[in-house]
Amino acid sequence: MSPTDLPTDAAPADAPAVQPLLTVRGLRKSFGSSLVLESIDLTVGRGQVLALIGPSGSGKTTILRCLNGLELADGGTITIGGEVSVDFGTAPVRKELTALRDRSAMVFQNYNLFPHKTVLENVIEGPIIVQGRPRAEATEQALTLLDRVGLAEKQGAYPFELSGGQQQRVGIVRALALRPQLLLFDEPTSSLDPELVGDVLRLIKELAVEGWTMVIVTHELEFAREVATEVAFVDGGTIVEHGDPKQLLRNPTQERTRQFLHRLLFPF
Amino acid sequence: MNQSTWDLFLSSLGPIIMGAVTGTIPLALVSFAVGLALALLLALMRLSRRRWLSSIARGYISIVRGTPLLVQLFVIFYGLPSLGVLIDPWPSAVIAFSINVGGYAAEVIRAAILSVPKGQWEAAYMIGMSHRRALTRIILPQAARVSVPPLSNTFISLVKDTSLASLILVTELFRQAQQVAAFSQEFMLLYLEAALVYWVICLALSSVQGLLEKRLDRYVAH
Repeated sequence: MSPTDLPTDAAPADAPAVQPLLTVRGLRKSFGSSLVLESIDLTVGRGQVLALIGPSGSGKTTILRCLNGLELADGGTITIGGEVSVDFGTAPVRKELTALRDRSAMVFQNYNLFPHKTVLENVIEGPIIVQGRPRAEATEQALTLLDRVGLAEKQGAYPFELSGGQQQRVGIVRALALRPQLLLFDEPTSSLDPELVGDVLRLIKELAVEGWTMVIVTHELEFAREVATEVAFVDGGTIVEHGDPKQLLRNPTQERTRQFLHRLLFPF
Repeated sequence: MNQSTWDLFLSSLGPIIMGAVTGTIPLALVSFAVGLALALLLALMRLSRRRWLSSIARGYISIVRGTPLLVQLFVIFYGLPSLGVLIDPWPSAVIAFSINVGGYAAEVIRAAILSVPKGQWEAAYMIGMSHRRALTRIILPQAARVSVPPLSNTFISLVKDTSLASLILVTELFRQAQQVAAFSQEFMLLYLEAALVYWVICLALSSVQGLLEKRLDRYVAH
């Protein structure tokens, strides 16, 4: 056993305090002839929150989609929890992808709730149908989670009867109900009316405080500063720089980052 | 309308309605059910990434939609016997109508599946579903809602098209009317009477369609 294999609690005090939950190495992806991701390396420790920021079309959403297997990367490896590791250089089999997907759950920009199912049915569909958990247990968990986000009385409603903010909170509950190790958020507040953004961000912040490991693609810089443990600036399919949110957002070292932040802070 | 015409109208209503109940309606229902199953299969083949599967479906749909229903009916009932295949009128009609409905409804179902937003597939995959499960539990129920109006049209057309079965000796609504007409020589009366009964059946079907749409609309914003 080499020293790097030691469990973290046995590691010396000056070693990184957290064990990596997610490790991405050399992730590559092209759509046709256009290269979207060019060798992405990422590490997210257990209980940490990584915020991906960057201009639209930079590839940040593609990174997230690769993590959930919604896009098939062309090369590189994704490791979650140390147990599941998929090497995309060697055409991964479906079973590996399924294993990867089982470890993470995603919250979509457009919620993507199932419109023909009630709020409760949306939440318990995965636990019961896919994970084969008992209906009573899954329902109880779902109701606890819905209650926590203030939507218990909406359990019988259909998605169209809810506001955007309520739908997104159901989207988050649906993800949590899967009991993933990793939560992925794809611009979770970008489709919301401004006055509804706060509720959703507050909920995500609570989850961060509770110790959920998360990767969040966001344009909410203030939120990233406050909630993320690390921020990565993605542009042109590469991670231009990454680091402590307060540091990076105030004093970026790269000119591209500086320009992007300036555009976001002073849009006109 | 004099008394004897009115009497003929009333007395022929019995056999015509009988023809509808024992011929037209069961013929349409059975053919539609078989045709829909065939259509779902064809729609999935058409959407398949395997080129040969989608080519077979494409060819089938093209032939069925590109040839007259009457010709299809005659090929099966009058044509196949020369190859030694003899099929009775009723099953011949069911086969021809099912094949025909399959071709038309396949395109309706395919379009309905494609109309479900991509995000629904992604959400289904995200919660861990396989392709098949995503299709049956998430996509098809939503596609069903979209395909009710066009499939209702297909069904109503089918009900009227079953009158063609009279030409291969199936005892249905129109054949009953023809027989009474030949006997009484009151062609105008009998054919208008047949038309009236078809119309009443289609009115009933339209209201069923309305109910079905309303039921499936319960999860859609108005």
